[in-house]
Amino acid sequence: MNVHEYQAKDLMRKFGIKVLNGQVAKSVDEAVEGAKKLAGSVWVVKAQIHAGGRGKAGGVKLAKSLDEVKAYAHEILGKTLVTHQTGPEGKKVQTLLIEEGCNIQKEYYLGIVLDRATSKITFMASEEGGVEIEEVAHNHPEKIIKVAVDPSTGYQPYIGRKLAYAIGLKGEQIKEANKFFAGLYELYTNCDCTIAEINPLVLTKEGQIIALDAKLNFDENALFRHPEIEAYRDLSEESAKEIEASKYGLSYIELDGNIGCLVNGAGLAMSTLDIIKLHGGTPANFLDVGGGATKEAVEQAFRIILSDPNVKAILVNIFGGIMKCDIIAEGVIAAAKAVSLNVPLVVRLEGTNVDLGKKMLNESGLKITAANDLEDAAAKVVAATKGA
Amino acid sequence: MSIMINKKTRLITIGITGKQGTFHTQQSAAYGTNVVGGVTPGKGGTVHEGFPVFNTVKEAVEKTQANAAMIFVPPPFAADAILECIDSKMPIIICITEGIPILDMVKVKGALARSPECRLIGPNCPGVITPGECKIGIMPGHIHLPGRIGIISRSGTLTYEAVHQLTVRGIGQSTCVGIGGDPVNGTSFIDVLDMFNKDPDTDAVIMIGEIGGSAETEAAHWIKANMKKPVVGFIAGAAAPKGKRMGHAGAIISGGDDTAEAKFKVLAECGVHISRSPADLGKTLEAALK
Repeated sequence: MNVHEYQAKDLMRKFGIKVLNGQVAKSVDEAVEGAKKLAGSVWVVKAQIHAGGRGKAGGVKLAKSLDEVKAYAHEILGKTLVTHQTGPEGKKVQTLLIEEGCNIQKEYYLGIVLDRATSKITFMASEEGGVEIEEVAHNHPEKIIKVAVDPSTGYQPYIGRKLAYAIGLKGEQIKEANKFFAGLYELYTNCDCTIAEINPLVLTKEGQIIALDAKLNFDENALFRHPEIEAYRDLSEESAKEIEASKYGLSYIELDGNIGCLVNGAGLAMSTLDIIKLHGGTPANFLDVGGGATKEAVEQAFRIILSDPNVKAILVNIFGGIMKCDIIAEGVIAAAKAVSLNVPLVVRLEGTNVDLGKKMLNESGLKITAANDLEDAAAKVVAATKGA
Repeated sequence: MSIMINKKTRLITIGITGKQGTFHTQQSAAYGTNVVGGVTPGKGGTVHEGFPVFNTVKEAVEKTQANAAMIFVPPPFAADAILECIDSKMPIIICITEGIPILDMVKVKGALARSPECRLIGPNCPGVITPGECKIGIMPGHIHLPGRIGIISRSGTLTYEAVHQLTVRGIGQSTCVGIGGDPVNGTSFIDVLDMFNKDPDTDAVIMIGEIGGSAETEAAHWIKANMKKPVVGFIAGAAAPKGKRMGHAGAIISGGDDTAEAKFKVLAECGVHISRSPADLGKTLEAALK
């Protein structure tokens, strides 16, 4: 689960991590009032959306007077920002963070993430901060320092020293950085983060180590033990259809093609997209009904798929294990009748109770194209979109 | 022969009195697995659907000489159940539970590193089956056929797809292992490849990977250096959209080579027979055997 920068910074303050003072604003007036409460004579007006690359898209502006705060707030609020992480449709800015300025001496990169290869929580730091870190990783991998944390000992000060010296900090800065790193590790492990990324992390001319930006991502599977983080959820930043799907235990991701897909299991669902593409078609969505879906969930899955006006045909691909084919058939029939299905439907069933499932579909009176296997299913559904 | 589990396996189910635990214990027993009991704290001393129930894994092992455990405990408590199995030095621990917090698994992984006598399969996996001998997990038993092909997969239903494509061709399987789709799991592709390489009754292997992480890339290099048997490889997710991630940290850690395209390339370079289509797994394996 993603949160906004201002929420991430609130949480960081609770863990004693240094961030700049800021005020959240939902209107131009609130932005100006917020700026008045902050010290100094420069302010940064920052768009709050769930995506990186805001600066380049014009969502972060340095204001040198209250009039400029007002002008920038007016400009950014309500604007749709398109960045490399938003997709072409972009994201509309509904909230601003007004922050005080600081005297930057140098910018760094700091990240904490799980290294899947070692199964250890791993720090990454670089003296190349404030830039696209993916480019640094690609062009100068040696400039990214990685240090893993042993799960049985947790964070130790030597980890901080190793990182801090490697990115060129010295003297008192090492202690400052170590406090910062330790705090961020505490936050990461106490709050079940999956990503904690500070880019840039800055050293000020006064010798302080401060997070200028903050991106935190949390493990959805651990939210049951963090109601305070769940409360940060901003539903307006998430796809309405994906939220609706998750209520029924469905995993749905909207894509830009025209073949609706209903599959059980993430691996088979991904492979179904793959084989549709191999046959020259384009999938309209990824939809995994999961292992224990009910008739109602299948019916709901159909409604969600059909609510996409681009869908020209639907492919149901089920390999029943726990999921029984007759349950799927029941859901398909109920949904097709309830929503007056008007696009071709190709169904491929295999596995537990397959004969019963096929029989139910045959006797339903629905116009269904049966497929014998994966290959046949893909060929038939792609042909259906081209013939239509 | 086979790897990990066979006729001699004595299975207990952790969470045996739950709905899923009950159903799949019965299914496994019906397939022929020797189920010797189960564990549900607070219900020790009772008999559930014919299986003796114990309060702790330790007690279950003492009374039944179980040498494998299948875990069906809900996600908030599943890591604890795995750790309890490790504490009892259970040789084979198969965790079916989906949705365990990642940091819980990081702790489990640390405990596993200190307990070389234990092997964890999963979590978030369909389990392991040696066709005709022993089924531990949620896979439909009837699609399998005893034989000499090993299967390793990160995915559940896609594994069934591979099995089915072999079985309809009359090609049987020695053992099928679902290692699970979570970022932190107990057993890697390399662990299982190594076992199949040493198993005299496995002739070839199908390996099914996914986008994300570097496990398949590492496995490819291992295959090139060590594997004496043909391997067929498939990577799911070539058509998957780029994740709507907020940060970049996940991609950086694996060096950005975690796309399906990159993984297919490495597999091919390392001598793996790649199947570009998920529908061609059986056909590719058949060709690789010739």
